[in-house]
Amino acid sequence: MALPFPESLTAEAAHFFAAAAQGRLELQRCADCGKIWFYPRPACVACGSTDYAWIRASGRGTVHSFSVVRRAPTPEFRDRVPYVVALVDLAEGPRMMTNVVGEGALEVSIGDALELTFEDRGAGRTLPQFRRIAG
Amino acid sequence: MLRNRAIIAGVGESRIGKVPGVSALELCAEAARRAMADAGLGLRDIDGLLTAYSMTTPYPVFYGALAEFMGLELRYGAEITAGGGSSGVMIRDAALAVVSGRAEAVLVVSGDNRATGMGRDNAVAALAAWGHPYYEYPYGGFIPAYYALVARRYMHEFGAAAEDLARVAVTQRASACRHPNAQMRTPLTIEAVLASKPIAEPLRLYDCCLISDAAGALVVTRAERAADLAHKPVYLLGAGEAFTHEHILAAPSLLDSGARRAAEAAYAMAGLGPRDIDVAMLYDCFTITPMLLAEDCGFAARGEAAALWQDGRASIEGRFPINTHGGMLSHAHAGATGGLFESVEAVRQLRGGEGARQVKRHETALVHVEGGILSNHATLIYGTQPV
Repeated sequence: MALPFPESLTAEAAHFFAAAAQGRLELQRCADCGKIWFYPRPACVACGSTDYAWIRASGRGTVHSFSVVRRAPTPEFRDRVPYVVALVDLAEGPRMMTNVVGEGALEVSIGDALELTFEDRGAGRTLPQFRRIAG
Repeated sequence: MLRNRAIIAGVGESRIGKVPGVSALELCAEAARRAMADAGLGLRDIDGLLTAYSMTTPYPVFYGALAEFMGLELRYGAEITAGGGSSGVMIRDAALAVVSGRAEAVLVVSGDNRATGMGRDNAVAALAAWGHPYYEYPYGGFIPAYYALVARRYMHEFGAAAEDLARVAVTQRASACRHPNAQMRTPLTIEAVLASKPIAEPLRLYDCCLISDAAGALVVTRAERAADLAHKPVYLLGAGEAFTHEHILAAPSLLDSGARRAAEAAYAMAGLGPRDIDVAMLYDCFTITPMLLAEDCGFAARGEAAALWQDGRASIEGRFPINTHGGMLSHAHAGATGGLFESVEAVRQLRGGEGARQVKRHETALVHVEGGILSNHATLIYGTQPV
């Protein structure tokens, strides 16, 4: 069963996932107060300004916490278990949810350095993901 | 000022567990009838109704469907949804309604038949719907995984062990074994918890709450009515609330939730502090949750809650009993209903007379409920006397 991908995207989400499809993780930065936020929304969560710019994130982050999921929440994830759900603190500040994918994913620890990668969920639908940085 | 002015006049529970052939509405009506009987009040004595939500029976206006089903005539009614924290908001709003003259006696009801009405797979799948549809759900997140993130971080920061979490489940099961209506009444051991199926590590099956058919109800009225009622009144002494986020990715902190702020507001209203509380009911969707909440409510220093269960303080015979009905881990859980049972149990303990389940000191009780992923919080403080 195919893994899910976001549907019925808002304008900001559509931008975010279009950038992902082109290999970029993009965040919004407020033009008025400088706050960088995730997840994409039409106005700054610190000052309310709607004046913002998209910036390209470095793709570096560290594991704030993680869980190895053994019981699939829905049938779509039955072939995927066990998998890692993590919160990654991006170098730019915001926190996002990710899977930790790739080699040694199940051995992940809090504080591990992660780097951006992408997962193709078919038909050009691309989900940002993270993997452990070797060494 | 709300302090001392509203009372809980009656409490009731429906049948709990797997109750086939009964809708969420019928379960709610059953609990409501029992709460009214407990209060010594009849249908025409109730003029207010607050309900939470049902996932199996999603009426557009659930309170209206329940009022009609029961034959209630209302001046005041609403459906209040704040996830697992709903009951805290409902009870406070009911108290405000009776104190302000908006209603004379308000039924607060929550119930759902998630065990037979949804089935386990659908009930678990519904837990995935709490994740953000774009930025959480595609990663296979669901509520157990989100609380696992909290548990993992807590264990990392404070050195808590899987045994510490397991001890919460074991203690609450021992309490549930003394509750005539609890869903799970077979004793549990730490070894059995640790051997249970991993769901989202570090959480295992017995770290997770139940999926139940269950409804609970309370009757809230003015303190002046106390003499007319069937039982000694239980006074609402304090209430506090806080909200910080909806999705766990947006939580300001995994460990410092809004619970502390809610508890502080409730203590301030009551003019009491943690040392004045005799017994506590702390939301327990997972074993990590009451540990965190015990710290936020001031019953243990940050990182030190495990000691409450290690040395037996949290058990019924202990110096500070917690979740004496067994909680959502062993008594019942059905949406907003699990949290509502915390208030039902607090009222029963404060009245006294619960037999093998009765705690020794029972003049004050603190209830804390939360919704989402430690997202919204409500603290209630009850007492046998005005303060």
